[in-house]
Amino acid sequence: MATEYSVTPGKDLETIDINVNVGPQHPATHGVFRMVLTVDGEQVVDVDPIIGYMHRGAEKLSENCDYRQAIGYQDRTDYLAQFNTELCYVQAVEKLAGIEPPERAEYIRVILAELNRIASHYMFMGAFGTDIGVFGTAFMYTFRDREIIQDLFEEITGERMMYAYFRAGGVAWDVPEDFRERCREVLSAVRKGIGDIDGLMTDNEVIIARCRGVSPVTPEDAINWGLTGPMLRATGLEHDVRRAEPYCIYDRFEFDIPTGIQGDVYDRYLVRLEEMRQSVRIVEQALEGMPEGPIMAEGLKRTLRLPEGEVYMRNETPRGEYGIYLISKGGDKPYRLKIRSPAFSNLSALRAMSIGSYVADTIVTLGSIDIVLCEVDR
Amino acid sequence: MLGVLKAIKTTISTALRKPVTVEYPSTKKELPHRSRGLPVLLWDFDVEEPFCTGCQVCARYCPVDCMTMTMKDNPLYAEGKSKRKKIVDKFYIDYARCMRCDICVEVCNFDAIVMNNTWEGVELSRYDRHDLVLDVDQLMDQSKSGELKDPFREPMGVAHSGWTPKVRSEEEKEAVAAKEESGEE
Repeated sequence: MATEYSVTPGKDLETIDINVNVGPQHPATHGVFRMVLTVDGEQVVDVDPIIGYMHRGAEKLSENCDYRQAIGYQDRTDYLAQFNTELCYVQAVEKLAGIEPPERAEYIRVILAELNRIASHYMFMGAFGTDIGVFGTAFMYTFRDREIIQDLFEEITGERMMYAYFRAGGVAWDVPEDFRERCREVLSAVRKGIGDIDGLMTDNEVIIARCRGVSPVTPEDAINWGLTGPMLRATGLEHDVRRAEPYCIYDRFEFDIPTGIQGDVYDRYLVRLEEMRQSVRIVEQALEGMPEGPIMAEGLKRTLRLPEGEVYMRNETPRGEYGIYLISKGGDKPYRLKIRSPAFSNLSALRAMSIGSYVADTIVTLGSIDIVLCEVDR
Repeated sequence: MLGVLKAIKTTISTALRKPVTVEYPSTKKELPHRSRGLPVLLWDFDVEEPFCTGCQVCARYCPVDCMTMTMKDNPLYAEGKSKRKKIVDKFYIDYARCMRCDICVEVCNFDAIVMNNTWEGVELSRYDRHDLVLDVDQLMDQSKSGELKDPFREPMGVAHSGWTPKVRSEEEKEAVAAKEESGEE
């Protein structure tokens, strides 16, 4: 016999929305990020993201440092893609100063930046596995493989995290003699690691059921919200700064730009997985073409002084378009340094993406943005 | 269902591989030669005094202001044993502030400061944060005791400053080697 209700929820019974607080210290928020969800049952009515817990004033700190000292602070904005952020900064300085880095330095930079992209996407895969449910296996696998890349970075730069290796005009010191062989070892391990993630997650019905159709974004919305990086490419738009406005020596390499179709969480995952494969391709080509020679432009003073002017340099970091706007009024310090943070722009779309979805899906959406809070708050 | 089976296949194949972890405090991985721990001062065994003259160039370039030092007249110079007119008197580095950016090593004109590439430079737990401010003796201890055998100091400042690092000529090297041998005997 069916149960008979005396009242129908929503019609006769009055319901109210409840505020649910997530964060600032919450494992799903990837750092210190707080959002206040207004929920109607399980459905999200409103999201209020609150940022700024990690604000250190990285821009202002960099303005008080000369052009060499500030490199250390660039690592600390995006702590998962340090080489990419460093590259953007030193390129902005080089562009304004008119310094031409030598060929070998450019190749080293591209190799390290691409390996860093792989390491960052590894981190995404691992964290994403835990975000979509208790799926810690991927986390273990990706951290095992990320460690191999970290070891290589440590051999080259000496640091595991805050490398401070690129300089305006080149790189700090030459790579070890066995660099090519070590890179090839790492690449074969990466290929194996990508295979592991692929086998574990891509065709897994549990993952597909969890991610397909969650927070889809149309290309028009993506452009309006200012999304960049894998978030944008998952909607089907083929925009990559490395191709659209080649910096460094990216115009010499052959690589594809993976795109998605629906722009949902699963597409974002697929795009990032394919990007890792493309990065492997780029590193392989760069290793073949890497010439011998100097690693530092000649004739530079110890303290670099830039002419008056302003420059905007943009790079494709694993999270999207990372930009540095530098104004110099002469002297050894920038007058203004503005960082355009891709994770910040992508995070601002969270509210629009999660309204109407379930509470659990909001966490998945947040995970798929691949935020780094240090970069959001600067 | 097929996808789940594929995932299980991946986990089984991974379970059969060798573990990659090490039992950390009992087993320590070898650090690479370039490993950048915290900065330490070097000891000149030729004249039995520090390389550092306390010239303050590292303190001036340090982005986080973690070091302070003073200089004094070198007593060994007065005796004619040393070529350094001035020598470091007091030297403090606050390890809690240091961000290991390597600038002090780059700008040092006397090859006096290096980043510690042993495990000592990385393992720094203290009960009190004031213990992280090290004085000149503590900073010199690693190099003086011979624990810091092979510090990494690439001549990276070359292109920046137009200055080349001092390299011993073959004759000097031989003279030093002969001196060491005679000392051992």
